[in-house]
Amino acid sequence: MTNTSASAWNTKPTGDAPEVSISLDMVRRGVVVVPVLVIICGVIWGADGAWSAAYATALVLGNFLLSAGIIAAGSRISYAALLSGVLFGYIFRLALIFFAVYIVRDAGWISLPAVGVCIIVTHLGLLIWELKYVALSLAYPGLKPTQP
Amino acid sequence: MEAMIGLIAQADAAADAKAANAAIGAGFAYGLAAIGPGIGIGYVAGKAIEAMARQPEAAGMVRTTMFLGIAFTEALALIGFVVFILLGL
Repeated sequence: MTNTSASAWNTKPTGDAPEVSISLDMVRRGVVVVPVLVIICGVIWGADGAWSAAYATALVLGNFLLSAGIIAAGSRISYAALLSGVLFGYIFRLALIFFAVYIVRDAGWISLPAVGVCIIVTHLGLLIWELKYVALSLAYPGLKPTQP
Repeated sequence: MEAMIGLIAQADAAADAKAANAAIGAGFAYGLAAIGPGIGIGYVAGKAIEAMARQPEAAGMVRTTMFLGIAFTEALALIGFVVFILLGL
């Protein structure tokens, strides 16, 4: 006799994976932002700063993609897998970022202040930029902007 | 000569102690900074799953909000990480 009752282990969310399209959208904007950050960091910290800015931005964009991928993969299995993916994915991604910075900490081209600033600025900047569009599309229909 | 060697050894020990203290402080900063976002992300994801289970037709909207909420919460851990790399890495 099989257990047919619904639980977090055998039910899963329906519909597409919006997080993948959101993260791809952020990566698309990030690619536009990278040259600006590289130039600014290059001016402040020199060539090391420029390389570090590119590395940090790549880390942040990879982090977004990995986060979305883990959540999308978990949601295809069950609610429990989704929650597990979110929580273990958080630990896994933090560890990954730590090791990604740890292995290059003594490299000749790295500037740790530039890496730190770029990680925070890129992460928050892209999120706020994306939030603007997501907030518009999630608005109550009466609040949606109309074409002039 | 022996006094000179003793002074150099003392200076080395002081520098080592300073570096060790910085590394310990940085490790605590990162560890403590990761706890809060961990709790926050768990809360966000748990509530989002509850909402999706109650209202499956709103799953897309809930997942969008959940993803952005997780990313914003994670920014706190990244700030802790940046303090860590600037202090002790």
